Amino acid sequence: MTDPLSPPVKKDPLKNTRMGHVSPGLRSRAARAMAVRAGQGRFVLQVCDYCCTATYPPRDRCPKCWGTLDWQDQPTGATVMTETTIRVTTDLFFKEHAPWRVGSVQLEAGPTAIVHLHSDVRPGDRVRMELKLDRGGNPALFAMPEKETPNMVDDAQYRTFTADPKHRRVLVTDGRGPVGQAMAKALLKAGARAVFLGNGDTTMRFDGEAEMVAHENVEIVPLNVTDTNSVTKLAHQLGGRIDIVVNTAAVTRQSGVAFGSKLTDLQAGFESEVTGLMRLAQGFGPAMSARSDDGTNSAAAFVDVASVYGLTGRAGFAGQAATAAARLALISGLRGEMAQTGIRVISVLTGPVDDVWHQHVPPPKTAPAQIAKSVIDALTRGLEINCAGDAAKDLFARWQADPFLTIREENQ
Amino acid sequence: MVGQLPYDGVVICAPVTVPYVRFSVETAHWWAGGAMQALARETGLGPADFDGFCFASFSAMPDSVVGMVQHLGLSPRWMDHIPTGGASGVMALRRAARAVQCGDAEIVACVAADTNQIDSFRQTLAGFSRFSQDATYPYGFGGPNATFAMITDNFFRKYNVSRQDFAKLCVAQRDNALSNPIALLKKPLTHDDYLNARPIADPVHLFDCVMPCAGAEAFIVTTPEKAAELGLSTARLSATIERHNAYIDDPVQTRGGWARDIDALWSAAGCGPQDVDMLQAYDDYPVIVAMQLADLGFCDKTELPGFIADNDFTITGSLPLNTNGGQLSAGQAGAAGGFQNVTEGLRQILHCPLGDQVPDAKKALISGFGLVNYDRGVCTGAAVIEPEDLR
Repeated sequence: MTDPLSPPVKKDPLKNTRMGHVSPGLRSRAARAMAVRAGQGRFVLQVCDYCCTATYPPRDRCPKCWGTLDWQDQPTGATVMTETTIRVTTDLFFKEHAPWRVGSVQLEAGPTAIVHLHSDVRPGDRVRMELKLDRGGNPALFAMPEKETPNMVDDAQYRTFTADPKHRRVLVTDGRGPVGQAMAKALLKAGARAVFLGNGDTTMRFDGEAEMVAHENVEIVPLNVTDTNSVTKLAHQLGGRIDIVVNTAAVTRQSGVAFGSKLTDLQAGFESEVTGLMRLAQGFGPAMSARSDDGTNSAAAFVDVASVYGLTGRAGFAGQAATAAARLALISGLRGEMAQTGIRVISVLTGPVDDVWHQHVPPPKTAPAQIAKSVIDALTRGLEINCAGDAAKDLFARWQADPFLTIREENQ
Repeated sequence: MVGQLPYDGVVICAPVTVPYVRFSVETAHWWAGGAMQALARETGLGPADFDGFCFASFSAMPDSVVGMVQHLGLSPRWMDHIPTGGASGVMALRRAARAVQCGDAEIVACVAADTNQIDSFRQTLAGFSRFSQDATYPYGFGGPNATFAMITDNFFRKYNVSRQDFAKLCVAQRDNALSNPIALLKKPLTHDDYLNARPIADPVHLFDCVMPCAGAEAFIVTTPEKAAELGLSTARLSATIERHNAYIDDPVQTRGGWARDIDALWSAAGCGPQDVDMLQAYDDYPVIVAMQLADLGFCDKTELPGFIADNDFTITGSLPLNTNGGQLSAGQAGAAGGFQNVTEGLRQILHCPLGDQVPDAKKALISGFGLVNYDRGVCTGAAVIEPEDLR
């Protein structure tokens, strides 16, 4: 069994913070394709189009018949064959985290693989494989106990492959709305030590304020993402204590493009959702990057909650889809930058939120609690992208299968 | 399968070693030039005299044999680049021998040279191969230590071999190194020192690992006539084998390609393992030495503890093993580590060893093992050499 994580002790301000190294990022294109699926929480291997053999490590041709290969979901069962505890390494990250256990497994899917070992598994054990992303955004096979063991997710090695909120301090950028408040509750339930809840207008009361204030571990902080000074000021105050940022900023207005559209709505949306995202990244990114390997409550993730229609555009919500598209583009860029420093950048995509701005949209709509659940799921599994609710899942599946068809469908 | 043609009309001569250093500011080119200079001093030959050149290195980037030929002022009519590390010596020997036998070249310099600059080991590991960069090094970045630790872990359980058995091999090699004036590790090693060494990647401990260093090794493959003209002592190539990526369905490596072709080797050599006077084996991790003892036909894997107990692997013992100390004690100069089995075997049968002489050495078995591309060594080769003319 794994010892439960103990709450981090107060940091000695005179001690140097451990630098957040990541492994060398040199990877094949096939490995990057594996990383994309890992970021979606899938367990995949390449399978030959012709002879159906599953293969690993990532290749460009089938080693049995030279057919072409496709990524396919595979059974996660495996048996551990060998183990070693690495005590000496030339890699700066693993040197800090030695000893580190790895082993080889026989995958039920066919191939063998070298994998990270959970502390509860030994040679001969049946294990459940997970395909994770490492701190640098690269794919990593991790062997978990086949059946749940006590405090399993607190395993020190496993925790470097997740952004589990347990014992971490989280900034939720917009606490005035139901999504931010649901987020705060879910984070505390998941073990977060503190939630800082942004309030964009300290002169105005908001629904749910009393309940939020009443939470012992919630602190309402002034944060207006459309105001650079406000973001900078909060980052200076809190930057070194924020382990996870969850950006819930959203401006939803109905609009077309030529018809039924208001430039001011679009501008307000961009100012809050897009420029605001960049302000947050500028304000909190560097401080988080400096603390990506800072013990139990190391900085771990930057989460952006955006509309799934950023992938496609959407009739009736063209402006909101445009801001979401811009957010997705910025998030991709941020992900590339943060991969150098060991911070996960996560997109949680939502369908139409079940709120006052989507009153006329027929169900299924996405409840704030579903969004919060999806964010927690992404953090605890270390995902890169997660869909909240059925509408987002449906659109994402259609978009993956045929992006241009889905764009056409959503704009007619 | 067609049997191997004999290596008539080919001899091997002039083994040279450029003494190793732990770290070097020089380049692989400098070390390769050092090997050529050493060959020149042995033979009196200059750049214009070599019409064949075979090169092995990990650290000559961005150059291959092409860049090296121009760098060193050679103008060969035959050249080859061997990227197989620990198997490169046997492979260079095979290729050069056929080139000479067929008249594609008359005098081939086979050279392996590598430098070891500060941090170059880490950089070599990080970019070693596509599979390793995708699928081994991100897993704890233990390098070959970790890969061989897993192979050793399995080998111990499967064949009931233990560190006690490996201790004997490593201690014997260190004893052998004590007489080699240019071995890097010359502090006597005891059985207890071996067992009490610090763990590196369990069950691999410090004295299971080679010390990366800089150095170069070279030898010449030519015709008997040319060697006679140059006044060089010569050896002949009795038989060779080579195999890559054998037993791909073994989930963990317990055998190398030797096992597949070993009968062909002994049949072509007209002798058996009991007839050799020494074994110059690839020894980066004793588990590979043990694997070779079995795969080359000395014993079954299940008999390894008994075989190791019953034999003495020092220079005057029943089966002299890596008589220069091997890579474990002499150092591993990159691809040159895959050549020292050839140069040392050659020196012993030509009676010009670096250290002590194996008594009455007439037959050397040389075995190479190279390139942990992913989870196992891929390249294997072996050769039997015997003295031809001692001058």
